[in-house]
Amino acid sequence: MSWLGAFSQLLAMLMALLLAPLLTGWVNQWRARLQNKSAPGLLQPYRMLHKLFNKESVMADRASPLYRTAPYIIFSCMLLACAIIPTLSTDLPLSPAADAIALVGLFALARVFISLAAMDVGTAFGSLGARREMLVGFLAEPALLMVLFCASMITRSTSLTAIVENLAHREFAIYPSLLLAGVAFTMVSLAENARVPVDNPDTHLELTMIHEAMILEYSARHLALLEWAASLKLFAYSCAGLALFFPWGVAEAHSPLALLLALPVLLFKLAIGGFLLALIETLSAKMRVFRVPEFLGTAFLLAVLGLLVNVLLGVG
Amino acid sequence: MLRILGKIQRIGIITEPVPARDEPALSEVGAQLKARIGERFGGSLAIREVDAGSCNGCELEIQMLGNPYYSIERFGVHFVASPRFADLLLVTGPVSRHMQAALLGTYAAMPEPRLVIAVGHCGADGGEFGTSYASCGAVANVIPVDAVIRGCPPTPLALMRGILEAIGQR
Amino acid sequence: MTPFLHPTTWVHLDWVLVVVVAWLLIGVLGVAALRRFRFVAVVLFPMGAFFSVLLLAVSLSAVFSAPETAVLPLGLPQLPFHLRLDSLSAFFLVLIGGVSAGVSTFAAGYFRQGEGTPPGLICLEYHVFLASIALVVMADDAYLFMVVWETMALSSFFLVVANHRIPEIRQAGYVYMLVAHIGALGILLCFGLLQANTGDYTFANMRQQHLTPFWGSVAFVLAVFGFGAKAGILPLHAWLPEAHPAAPSPFSALMSGVMLKIALYGILRVSFDLLQEHIWWWGVLLMGLGLVTALFGVVFSTVQVEMKRLLAYSSIENIGLICTGFGLSLLFLAYDMKALSALALTAAMYHMLAHAFFKSLLFCSTGAVMHATGERSLGKLGGLMRYMPWVAWPTLIGVLACAGLPPFGGFIAEWLLLQSFLFTTGVPSSFLDMLVPVMAALIALIAALSGYTMVKYFGVIFLGQPREENLAHAHDAGPWERLGMVWLVLGCVILGLMPSQVIALIDPTTNLLAGAGLAHTLADSGWLLVPVSIERASYAPAIFLLGVLASMGLAFLLVRKLYHGRLRRVPPWDCGFPWQTVRMQDTAEGFGQPIRQIFEPFFRMKRQLPGAFDAQPSYKVTVEDPLWYALYLPVARLVERVSRIVGLLQQGRIAVYLMYSFVTLIVVLLVVKR
Repeated sequence: MSWLGAFSQLLAMLMALLLAPLLTGWVNQWRARLQNKSAPGLLQPYRMLHKLFNKESVMADRASPLYRTAPYIIFSCMLLACAIIPTLSTDLPLSPAADAIALVGLFALARVFISLAAMDVGTAFGSLGARREMLVGFLAEPALLMVLFCASMITRSTSLTAIVENLAHREFAIYPSLLLAGVAFTMVSLAENARVPVDNPDTHLELTMIHEAMILEYSARHLALLEWAASLKLFAYSCAGLALFFPWGVAEAHSPLALLLALPVLLFKLAIGGFLLALIETLSAKMRVFRVPEFLGTAFLLAVLGLLVNVLLGVG
Repeated sequence: MLRILGKIQRIGIITEPVPARDEPALSEVGAQLKARIGERFGGSLAIREVDAGSCNGCELEIQMLGNPYYSIERFGVHFVASPRFADLLLVTGPVSRHMQAALLGTYAAMPEPRLVIAVGHCGADGGEFGTSYASCGAVANVIPVDAVIRGCPPTPLALMRGILEAIGQR
Repeated sequence: MTPFLHPTTWVHLDWVLVVVVAWLLIGVLGVAALRRFRFVAVVLFPMGAFFSVLLLAVSLSAVFSAPETAVLPLGLPQLPFHLRLDSLSAFFLVLIGGVSAGVSTFAAGYFRQGEGTPPGLICLEYHVFLASIALVVMADDAYLFMVVWETMALSSFFLVVANHRIPEIRQAGYVYMLVAHIGALGILLCFGLLQANTGDYTFANMRQQHLTPFWGSVAFVLAVFGFGAKAGILPLHAWLPEAHPAAPSPFSALMSGVMLKIALYGILRVSFDLLQEHIWWWGVLLMGLGLVTALFGVVFSTVQVEMKRLLAYSSIENIGLICTGFGLSLLFLAYDMKALSALALTAAMYHMLAHAFFKSLLFCSTGAVMHATGERSLGKLGGLMRYMPWVAWPTLIGVLACAGLPPFGGFIAEWLLLQSFLFTTGVPSSFLDMLVPVMAALIALIAALSGYTMVKYFGVIFLGQPREENLAHAHDAGPWERLGMVWLVLGCVILGLMPSQVIALIDPTTNLLAGAGLAHTLADSGWLLVPVSIERASYAPAIFLLGVLASMGLAFLLVRKLYHGRLRRVPPWDCGFPWQTVRMQDTAEGFGQPIRQIFEPFFRMKRQLPGAFDAQPSYKVTVEDPLWYALYLPVARLVERVSRIVGLLQQGRIAVYLMYSFVTLIVVLLVVKR
């Protein structure tokens, strides 16, 4: 582990913490513009987090210690996920500690804890949200794993940094398996980040909520941590998608100049990605909760198809 | 799809600027607002709206706050799904007896610092219905109110100016 | 065999025999103190736990030593009992010792008065059970194997029907015994084939036989049938969801955690050790069976409404996954890819260890909950975390391990299994190459569904509000129960955080069975778990856990420092409806409803819907196993019909029987005459 490696690791984590609310703000801006509205400022999520941290925290009297610690656990899981995905550089000393399968495991850990916390207070909508979140998770998690396996089979490794390095150095070609995996990944990240067409993040109707229903009882700093964790999750998914499908521009080991260039490249890629997400959200309608398993099942099958195409064609 | 995108492109941003007025936007301003609690929200306000037995006239006007013409979100104000998330409680209607317990519960579920604004003539003093076997009258009879926006119903512009004055933004 | 007079010259085998004899003596002492439950609970069971710990220590050392054999002066004149302690046996003894130590300690605190069978008798059955499973893994000839296999089946039958006054429990025991004996028949036939007409039933002889591919395949299929019946592989699984809930909880824990693994030991011993040539489709058959079993088990566990049935179906799922690992390993071995075979085998054996610990922990927790509340149905529990924290927190660890989440042991087993699936593109058969990604996808789906089940289990029992008023009187677990559960939690944690050491333990076994091991690649990687090469894949659970804890701590401190930590306790919100009741939480049926809807073809559902004009409308849904109606009941009816036809011979009159003898004599004379 070199000094540059440690520095790039810390820089990646810091950038994730700082840029995640900015990405959310960017997506919200474009959602407003596409609805012909004038948007809140780009820094609005930061103001919201600052306000929430300042508020007094109220908690149900029968909430257990699990309920109190769950936001911290979920926040750390998302931060660790952002730490192992090569966003700025592939020289990440923490990367050997967790590979692609462990990344999926991290998301699963966060999902289990938020579901348990939602069931903790014993309200009707908390357990409804927990059940729906586990339903989305049980189909989305294998689909995500299969997408990562598509990339793993091409690059013969499950380590995210090795995947990015390998894919970035190949000559530009359209791999059919990665194409199928890309469509599947988009569907999975829409579902997991609670976006239209799976779940509307702005809804007030509890019977249609999936993600929001689980956090209805949280307030102040716990809510701020959960909102930040949701932004980090969107950031992690976006960066994972960029790392798998558009890996160019990520710095490698022993190149501090490339590290400097990697930041504007990342911002550029995220800007385009955020705009496309806002576009998809504006042009789609939210689907019924009963249709969500079909949607995710399609994503799962597409990813498995990508794997089979990889095996059949012998090349990516 | 392309047709929709083309239409969005042609229409452009149609949000109107908020005109300045001389008369105050809020009436019956209480001590909390005079102490400028609202400015502590730092440009981000979460509103929980409760319909305590209104005729829905005020609700329709409140819903218009989110449309492209008024777009209250550009000031960092947004409506939330739970009082636990909220800073400001917007109450409409003369509090009907059936909604009294729910309104009290909503107010109790909000974390400090919090503000309450009663909307419309019904919220201010009971309006046409007053205090009777069916309604409690003014919202202030049930929970402590920090300010009132009068009107039957108040226009979205009046509502917006009132909310912005509550958080110290002009 | 060394003379027994000098303990310092004892080898591992001798120490294991000491433990076995000690357990038998404890059982006999239990019979002597038949109804004195305090003596049995506080003295005898902890003594049994002590000997389990001794077994654990001895077998940990025995894994790395050379195989030892012994011949006991018992058995038939031509076939005395042969014993053999090699690394495979030692690995299973580690499993037995580690898990039974925790379960025996738990059982010491579990006993209450008046549960059907006298406690002394339960002590005898329990320790005979433990002794027989220890001998099963050390048996080196078919005769001793079948004797101790039957002893294991009999003693576990008596344990299952410990509360024999309840008719459902008696029926569950009957089904259990039936399927166990059907399996034993398969095993007996398999051993008959393996000795290949030489008449010598020792395993050493069987290892030297070379069966033709046809007979080898028949032996393999018989072994899978026979041992699979005991392990709960489809379609011989129907006894598991009946027998595990029927038995008292510490014995359910032992059965699920240990006995199912002994059946898998049988499969390992026959297919890897006794059969010398391997054919590729054996592995595919085992993988297919394993995946179908796992999918079936997990889908059924999601819709259960009773605690122990949910865990029983979850055991079926895990057994299926372990068999998939075995199948993959056999497949690689058939193509002589030893290193990959060792990887898949390591994954499966890791899963066995992890499952043993976390499933026994979960069953022990159901025991504690049942004793505290008297309820077993999920619809009558809830909110127990407040009243039973000493049970709730260890159960949380068990639940996280069962769901296959990092950094616990279940995740490492799945990680290794998925890694070994990723390597299969090297197999020289394109059909198998295509099949394998589909199987890997199914494994991921099954793992995600097991997470669903575990959230339902923990959430409905320990979180939320109590669904019955008398749950407020639930008492927490006693000191023995706490100690037992903490021991099992330690096992889960060690398996999660120290994978390199555990794989070093598994390594001699994979060397024995597959001819290769992972330990040499692990040795140069330090704190990383690197099965093949560091560019390929790596995982460090300790760093992972440290990372999560460090960020949690940092977030906590920073928020307190920069802002504040004030908290106010208020009544819960839940949308302001003033007449909340505890029935408005999600029920167990409700939590499983999405899965019931998606996987509807798997179930046989009976619905009773309310009519529009009912005076007292009611709604009832029962979810049942379709294989019971499709396979077991028709076979049972066929057997009844055939036996009724054969029963026509029994006329009950002496004259008819004399006529039968006369006719048979004439026929025999005619045949011999010719």
